[in-house]
Amino acid sequence: MTTNNLAETTAIESVGGVATVDLAVQTVRDLNQGLHDQHDELSIEKWEVLNPKGHHNLAVGVDQKLKIDIHGPAGYYCAGMNKEAEITIHGHTGQGVAENMMSGTVRVKGNASSSAGATAHGGLLVIEGDAGSRCGISMKGVDIVVKGSVGHMSCFMGQAGILAVCGDAGDALGDSLYEVHIYVKGSVKSLGADCIEKEMRPEHIEELTELFERAGVTDQDPRDFKRYGSARKLYNFKVDNAGAY
Amino acid sequence: MCGIVGLYLKNDKYESELGKLFTPMLIAMTERGPDSAGFAVYGDEVEDGIKLTLRHEDENYDWAALAKDIETSLNTKVNWFQNSKVAVFKVDTDAQTVEDYLEQNHDDVLVMSSGKSIEILKEVGLPERIVDMFKLGNMKGSHIIGHTRMATESAVTMAGSHPFSTGLDLCLVHNGSFSNHNRLRQELKREGIEFNTENDTEVAAGYLTYRLQQGDSLNEALENALKTLDGFYTLTIGTKDGFAVVRDPIACKPAVIAETDDYVAMASEYQALTTLPGIEDAKVWEPEPSKIYVWERN
Repeated sequence: MTTNNLAETTAIESVGGVATVDLAVQTVRDLNQGLHDQHDELSIEKWEVLNPKGHHNLAVGVDQKLKIDIHGPAGYYCAGMNKEAEITIHGHTGQGVAENMMSGTVRVKGNASSSAGATAHGGLLVIEGDAGSRCGISMKGVDIVVKGSVGHMSCFMGQAGILAVCGDAGDALGDSLYEVHIYVKGSVKSLGADCIEKEMRPEHIEELTELFERAGVTDQDPRDFKRYGSARKLYNFKVDNAGAY
Repeated sequence: MCGIVGLYLKNDKYESELGKLFTPMLIAMTERGPDSAGFAVYGDEVEDGIKLTLRHEDENYDWAALAKDIETSLNTKVNWFQNSKVAVFKVDTDAQTVEDYLEQNHDDVLVMSSGKSIEILKEVGLPERIVDMFKLGNMKGSHIIGHTRMATESAVTMAGSHPFSTGLDLCLVHNGSFSNHNRLRQELKREGIEFNTENDTEVAAGYLTYRLQQGDSLNEALENALKTLDGFYTLTIGTKDGFAVVRDPIACKPAVIAETDDYVAMASEYQALTTLPGIEDAKVWEPEPSKIYVWERN
């Protein structure tokens, strides 16, 4: 058993402006402390993380314009609370990748587990494989592009931002939705409460085109997508009910 | 919490290393379940007769005398070996005959499992200790499932540890909790299913045993379980020829699956899979809710 999170931190050194953190010998705390130190004084912009081997909480709470490459699969909450950094995971991730992200970019080269981008306020999350259940749950402004499919209850109570799915969506998509713009190219197993299909107007084609450009997605035609959004019957107070008070 | 791990070999390439490959997988799940640990290993199949894993509280229990007694009383042949507090008995008769005889004449001997190839081994303590105790690293076989327990619903005891036997060559490990186990236990008791603990997983195991007794196939039993069991769970079910994975309709409890040409491995967290050969190139994904996944050798 590792005691990765309990170890004292050791300083990270850089070579040629690049810091390489090998988690086979250094701890997750070393990595995260090194990344957090960049907030006050930016000295190393590029970070390479080796042997992540599914460790949880990698590159969490980064608050600086860093470029971080994680070479292998990550565990839970990778890149959580990210601000400004560009974080690429060259592998798959466990649950809660980029949860509560504020800004910056997180890119997952493989599949992501459940709750990807949960509650995220801003930034861009790109998942090149599939995402599990609850992708974008309670998202508050993040833009999410999933090149594969998303699982059930995705975008549950989504408040703001865009969720674009190039594959299929599972059950109860957009349940209790607020104002997220959802675009799905493939099939939707079922729509959640108060989520409906909406007309794809020119401004939506434009919005999706811009998002794909930003996400570096070049093999998708926005015109192939359908749009889903809130029917706005659940979260607005209905004046008809005023008499009940 | 709890941790689940399973390793199913698609061919015989790693059969002699099954225990060696599985040891770090089980230990990696210590943080999820430090209270007790156990595993069900499938291998060393008996052609005729039955194989039972028996346990006695006394480490110096006279297994040789028990073997001799069974041979004489049941007029049959017994091959046996001891592993810590457990002994594996290969008896040239059927399971029911041996189990009935033990219940009537040696009720201090606990039957952990019975079947053609299954052996269930579990104890209280850290996974590392259990692995050493049973010398898991030396074990061979075709597949194995294991569990590390962080107790929530009932006491930390050997009997409350996983895997739970659910019939011949069948067993169950569980991460999660069932909310309707008390009522279901009463219903199953009326149907004649016996329970040894207050553990909720034992109820799920009892339910599967009951459904299989009613003539369900494994797939049908699991479909019925999805309808009947209320709560959140990831289940892994060991069968004679492979294993099955099922998650509740909400998929609250984690699960990850990795597949290569040589094996299918499942775990609560990817960390448990990092030591497997060729894992870097394995297909890795999260199993879907309410879907029954089965891998079995023909």
